[in-house]
Amino acid sequence: MPINQQDLDDVALTQDEYQLIIKRLGREPTIVELGIFGSLWSEHCGYQHSKPLLSIFPTTGDRVVTKVGEENAGAVDIGDGQAIVMKMESHNHPSAIEPYEGAATGVGGIVRDIFTMGARPIALLNSLRFGPLSDPRNRYLFNGVVAGIAGYGNCLGIPDVGGEIYFSDMYSGNPLVNAMCVGLLETSKLVSAQAGGAGNLLMLVGADTGRDGLHGASGLASRTFEDDRELRPTVQVGNPFLEKLLIEACLELKDTDWIVGMQDCGAAGLTSACVESVSKSGGGLEIDVAKVPRRADGMTPYEVMLSESQERMVVIVKKGNEDKVKTVFDHYDLRSDIIGHVTDDGIARIIDDGEVVAEAPIKYLTDPPLYRLDGVKPEWLDELQQFDFNSIADVRREDAGAVLLKLLAAPNIASKACVYRQYDHQVQVNTVVPPGSDAAVLRIKGTRKGIALTTDGNGRYCYLDPFAGGKIVVAEAARNLACSGAKPLALTDCLNFGNPEKPEVYWQFEQSIRGMTKACEVLGVPVISGNVSFYNETRGEAVYPTPTVGMLGLIDDIDKRCTISFKSEGDVVLLLGQGQASLAGSEYLEIMQGEVAGVPSIDIELEKRVQQCLLSATGEGLLKSAHDCSDGGLAVALAESCIAGGIGFEGELPIIDRLDTSLFGEGQSRAVVSVGSTDLSRFEQIATEQEASILKLGFTKGSSFVILEIIDLPVEELADAWQHGLEKAMG
Amino acid sequence: MKFGVLVFPGTWSDMDFVHVIDNVLGQESEYVWHKETDLSRFDCVILPGGFSYGDYLRVGAIARFSPVMTAVEKYAADGGLVFGSCNGFQILCEAGLLPGVLLRSVHLQYRCQWVNLRVENTSSPFVSACNTGDVLHVPISHYEGCYYADEATLAEIESNGQVALRYATPEGEISNAANPNGSINNIAGITNKEGNVLGLMPHPERCCEEILGGMDGLVFFDSILPSKV
Repeated sequence: MPINQQDLDDVALTQDEYQLIIKRLGREPTIVELGIFGSLWSEHCGYQHSKPLLSIFPTTGDRVVTKVGEENAGAVDIGDGQAIVMKMESHNHPSAIEPYEGAATGVGGIVRDIFTMGARPIALLNSLRFGPLSDPRNRYLFNGVVAGIAGYGNCLGIPDVGGEIYFSDMYSGNPLVNAMCVGLLETSKLVSAQAGGAGNLLMLVGADTGRDGLHGASGLASRTFEDDRELRPTVQVGNPFLEKLLIEACLELKDTDWIVGMQDCGAAGLTSACVESVSKSGGGLEIDVAKVPRRADGMTPYEVMLSESQERMVVIVKKGNEDKVKTVFDHYDLRSDIIGHVTDDGIARIIDDGEVVAEAPIKYLTDPPLYRLDGVKPEWLDELQQFDFNSIADVRREDAGAVLLKLLAAPNIASKACVYRQYDHQVQVNTVVPPGSDAAVLRIKGTRKGIALTTDGNGRYCYLDPFAGGKIVVAEAARNLACSGAKPLALTDCLNFGNPEKPEVYWQFEQSIRGMTKACEVLGVPVISGNVSFYNETRGEAVYPTPTVGMLGLIDDIDKRCTISFKSEGDVVLLLGQGQASLAGSEYLEIMQGEVAGVPSIDIELEKRVQQCLLSATGEGLLKSAHDCSDGGLAVALAESCIAGGIGFEGELPIIDRLDTSLFGEGQSRAVVSVGSTDLSRFEQIATEQEASILKLGFTKGSSFVILEIIDLPVEELADAWQHGLEKAMG
Repeated sequence: MKFGVLVFPGTWSDMDFVHVIDNVLGQESEYVWHKETDLSRFDCVILPGGFSYGDYLRVGAIARFSPVMTAVEKYAADGGLVFGSCNGFQILCEAGLLPGVLLRSVHLQYRCQWVNLRVENTSSPFVSACNTGDVLHVPISHYEGCYYADEATLAEIESNGQVALRYATPEGEISNAANPNGSINNIAGITNKEGNVLGLMPHPERCCEEILGGMDGLVFFDSILPSKV
């Protein structure tokens, strides 16, 4: 049957790409070969538009155990022969179409990436973005995504310890659902995603293969789409129970020498799992699709190879050990079948009951054409950046309290407890700082150590200045960790953008990456894993350029951890770092003035000194509390520390220029800290050593939040606004 | 004292119980796969939380047919201590070892949060270290935690003193506001008539160390331990 345009469209291959395939093969591809090429050359698997830029990220460091892109996830050494494995991945498009299953299978996929490396998954985080909750469709997506994450994650017994949720018009119809998983392993037992030498056996384990998720990688994740409903069958359905059994079985295997590697069947299913693992060791493979257990009748080899049925893995078994490996899966009543083997001829050969249906050199499959485009700064950006802040009226003194209450109740700032209480954040009994602080902190049992985890992103900043925004995203994540007393070790990212074939989107992408790279270099935080999600658009309109990062920090002594809550009355409250703030891209500007404008900025060298100061001070146990001063500015940060501790504050803020900027303006490299009066001079000394300025704001006191002559409100009233804001926005 | 910690496919609090028993209490524990049939070597058997069989069909409805449940029945009939928490409570109800059933919580959401429990009856070996009226601060983590029993059964378990713990305010008041899931009569934990089988929706194993935010879970173990050591 000749290949027609529809076949190409199904796998999102262009005519040029098709011609390239013919040239490389020296013949027309079979339909199965076409499917394999299409999947592996998709943006989702092949990173066609992003690879050249991603290579500028710093990816190495003393503690980095894995080579970026070589394994299912990145691993970093935390001492005592232990490593943390982590990765973040998007499931934006499936979640836009079917929010519950889209989000659920996003969790399932990222968890498989972690335990395939032999690591026990110990934490989940989610970075989520939706359109405003005033729209019923957005409420449906929001509720569905949260329920999907809860439904899948809770069943696995992995605590969901943190993340972030933002709302903006720019995500209406195209929510961002980025799931992160973190695992712990003994470094010596890391399981590779490599297939090793000829003769090793390919064993497919877990679920049967069905028609669900066909063309997920090439169709859903790698192009824009107009009609959701038409694509609903490409969203997979998750079975978390099966995944939980797979976790336990695979972790038993890591303790044996019976296997060479493991690989998740994620995007592009069996095709990518087998080809990617074999390509890393330079071999070939032979798969007999007739041996793949199926859940639907009459499936073609094409469908079997491209199915994205969930909860499947490929285990590469050393020949002669297959019966022993099978016993482990049998114990959990899991299916396991040998479907093929590794060869040494460099060819991916797919057989259907004796008939060869595909036979293509792996080096061609894994070498997609790369596109380096020329980015163009969007024309509309100049006007936004040159916004005249004098054109808006300053907040009046007598209104400041009401504005503070309004900001605290804004969905982007308000407590997310009504979401995270739906996630089991305690199972595994390691969660020492639960969701709600700057970062979650987990203990590592049997050691004095703890790890801190956070996710961060700021689409508004990146929209206004993607280079500065990229720097800020990394800096803020690191600052959240430093405020928690943890030294940042590594990051994983999810780069969510519109259609990269548009020069303006490509420019945003490039600038963001350059900004992130700069911050990673200065702060010494390598990128150990990540994921790119393009084509986040609805009706031709791209989402905010939204790189999100998940960052890991290490606390040598868990007792030195720090949280955002004020701890006792009479402590000195200080602003550490930059005194200046700006309304550019601030939550205040959008909520009170309806504007997204200005140029956000950061001095990354100052940022480094501020973080060093936080780390030294927490390391010496000087800080009672520390809170990153971000969305909503200084007044909101102070209020949040009051609410979390149930303790009031009284003091003065420096009013520079405008009242609104001083109270609600946002600026980087700033943290609100509280210090016992006897530790103050030592803290001042550290700040001086680090050349980080500090400003005394006042004291923790009583049960009211008092900024002299400006705001005087009971903490209880602030807490009420903050705690119920999100639920009220749901209506 | 030796604890048997049952593991059904989908159980996940097993490792947390083992951590507390071994590392916090310094006692002995052993995982027991659901296909095992002999529990006679244990001083106490624990059915931990989780999603046995994915909670498919109905919570606990499939796990009750696991081979180990026949052994649990015999163990309980012989007077052995059986402690089911969360999904373990649900399984014990499905197996008929405890009266009543756990329904979906009234708000139709999974909830993981701290609650307060008032100790109602200290005659069972599981809360003997408490005084009646004590308030315990413990976490819950469940979707199907709404205890329900028909009128006659409820009257019977109340008059028998089988209600061990109820959801309460921090001051020990039994109120709707303190009820996190809509359980009838605020019931959080019940025993069988004989008092040797306890089902409890909350997770005592999650609050046995100060670093985790509370130690009230220890009273359950303190109650059990002296009886056998």
